[in-house]
Amino acid sequence: MNRRTLLTTAALALTLGTTAFAQDEEITAGFIYIGPPGDGGWTYEHDQARQKMEAHFDGKVKTIYQENVPESADAERAITQMALTGADIIFTTSFGYMDPTLAVAEKFPDVKFEHATGYKRSDNVSTYSARFYEGRAVQGHIAGKMTKTNKIGYIASVPIPEVIRGINSAYIHAKKVNPDVEFSIIWLYTWFDPAKEADAARALIENGADVVLQHTDSTAPQAAAQEAGNVITFGQASDMAEYAPMPRVSSIIDDWAPYYIARVQAVLDGTWESTDTWDGIGKGMVGIGEISDAVPADVKAEALAMKDAIASGEYHPFTGPLKKQDGSDWLAEGEVADDGTLAGMNFYLEGITAEIPN
Amino acid sequence: MDLSSINPVLLIASVMVSATPILLAAIGEMVVEKSGVLNLGVEGMMITGAVVGFAVAVSATSPGLGFVAAAIAGALLSLAFGLLTQYLLSNQVATGLGLTLVGLGLSSLIGKPYEGMKTPTLSKFEIPLLSDLPILGDMLFSHDVMVYFSLLLVAAVWAFLKYTRAGLILRAVGEGHDSAHALGYKVTQIRILAILFGGACAGLGGAYLSLVRVPQWTEGMTAGAGWIALAIVVFASWRAGRVAVGAYLFGGVTVLQLNLQAAGADVPVALLSASPYLITILVLVIISARGVHGAPASLGRPFHASH
Repeated sequence: MNRRTLLTTAALALTLGTTAFAQDEEITAGFIYIGPPGDGGWTYEHDQARQKMEAHFDGKVKTIYQENVPESADAERAITQMALTGADIIFTTSFGYMDPTLAVAEKFPDVKFEHATGYKRSDNVSTYSARFYEGRAVQGHIAGKMTKTNKIGYIASVPIPEVIRGINSAYIHAKKVNPDVEFSIIWLYTWFDPAKEADAARALIENGADVVLQHTDSTAPQAAAQEAGNVITFGQASDMAEYAPMPRVSSIIDDWAPYYIARVQAVLDGTWESTDTWDGIGKGMVGIGEISDAVPADVKAEALAMKDAIASGEYHPFTGPLKKQDGSDWLAEGEVADDGTLAGMNFYLEGITAEIPN
Repeated sequence: MDLSSINPVLLIASVMVSATPILLAAIGEMVVEKSGVLNLGVEGMMITGAVVGFAVAVSATSPGLGFVAAAIAGALLSLAFGLLTQYLLSNQVATGLGLTLVGLGLSSLIGKPYEGMKTPTLSKFEIPLLSDLPILGDMLFSHDVMVYFSLLLVAAVWAFLKYTRAGLILRAVGEGHDSAHALGYKVTQIRILAILFGGACAGLGGAYLSLVRVPQWTEGMTAGAGWIALAIVVFASWRAGRVAVGAYLFGGVTVLQLNLQAAGADVPVALLSASPYLITILVLVIISARGVHGAPASLGRPFHASH
């Protein structure tokens, strides 16, 4: 190798190097989290999906995130900050960020926004959510079959349609297999507070519940149930497999990675448009975690059959005849709930004795 | 409304579990503030205690050692605050807030490998004779040892501040550090000791969360308990007994409202949810309404012998 070739090679390497560098981090994707990525539930899954997305694009996409952002005026500040630091697409991953996201989106028309679990959109704000209620149906079935005290405890977070839908779905499917079943519902008004979540699980168990369903983000209720013994739970948002086979007998798993990859790809391609995505078990956005051996084989088989029927579209968890809590008709025999009503669901179904706080 | 499903024995037991972390943190902070120092880093010290206590308890399969380690960790973190504010005369409010941020970050770093792990539980300590009493025995005298320790600590702090010479000196330092200095007391050293005590107590409170109340390690698990402890010290007007009343009220109403919800009580949930804050503040303000209960006069003021 003479000197000239060496220099050319070096120059080439340098050019390649710079090209590679220019390719580096073409866009930045930002994430706003309600809790810490270590919550073991909701935020954990969003963060896993963020990492998978980043790995998928192999250096082309830089991701940034801010954790523990409250659903208050603070959210608007955090999202604005993220837009100012140059994020091209921002995922705001909690219901309460809905209005702040729209407000910031108006000020940054060139930035794309993706709001999870909300229903308000604009030219540069998309919404996305998963049909968690499909998983709740499977959960309700197992819970109704397995409860011995006929009391099922439900740790609810904030009274929004998504949570109410989950309660309704779990309730009607538990009731279908066990007419004596009763639901005790505790509202915590927070998504993440392990001490409070554990206290709530304990209060439900002490009041006779032997199944605890949760719609909060941490694994604390699982730990409390394990301590109490003879109580079953379900992983929420994440598999929470460390509590299997008991108390955690199954779980609802959120898989956001394919969605994040598709949306960031759209930004890279310049084809991003404001859309509304609501996928379930069929598309893989909602997963049912392994049903453990603590569940009798026949119940497990029924649950899996229901999961398959939902996935194929053969069965809709909200199929009539169904009545609202006040006894008025909602769905006639064989009628299936429309997405609009489901998205704004603000009523309990017949049989639930509690009232929705407002 | 059917409240028969609430079992009073279990309810009281839950109340004690729920109140103990805040009580430990608050009684420690009260001593710190009595010495004239405002340490806003309670949350940071608590969560550091929670993670260190959990890590040591899991590694050594001994919850007792976990508590000891948590106290040491809390004290070490508070020592950083002490050195900065007492020797380098940094601003106490800013340093305390910084301590909270450091504690939250540090704890999530230390805690990563411990997520999803289980801890050995602290065994119940049944007080001889008293625990054999019907109902009352189960209700009050068969809890884990930390519950009794926290209550004894409150009594000890009260007696220390009221009856001992050392307690008098501590209060003197908090009320007028220049006078205390003129009398020959070592203001800075006394304050450092108080800060260490506060850190150790916050660490214990945090460890009680991760080892007994939840029991597991989750990032950010204190979720504001340290701030509640700080608020209770103020509303209790810096009195040990009232701090205990405040912590038990807060913990008690928290658990009671959850039980009322679980039993299906016919009370608006929003009201129940806000009740721990409302009732605690209301009661403490009412019992503090008479007499002079101001803050220690030197609270939050920096001291240097040359000034």
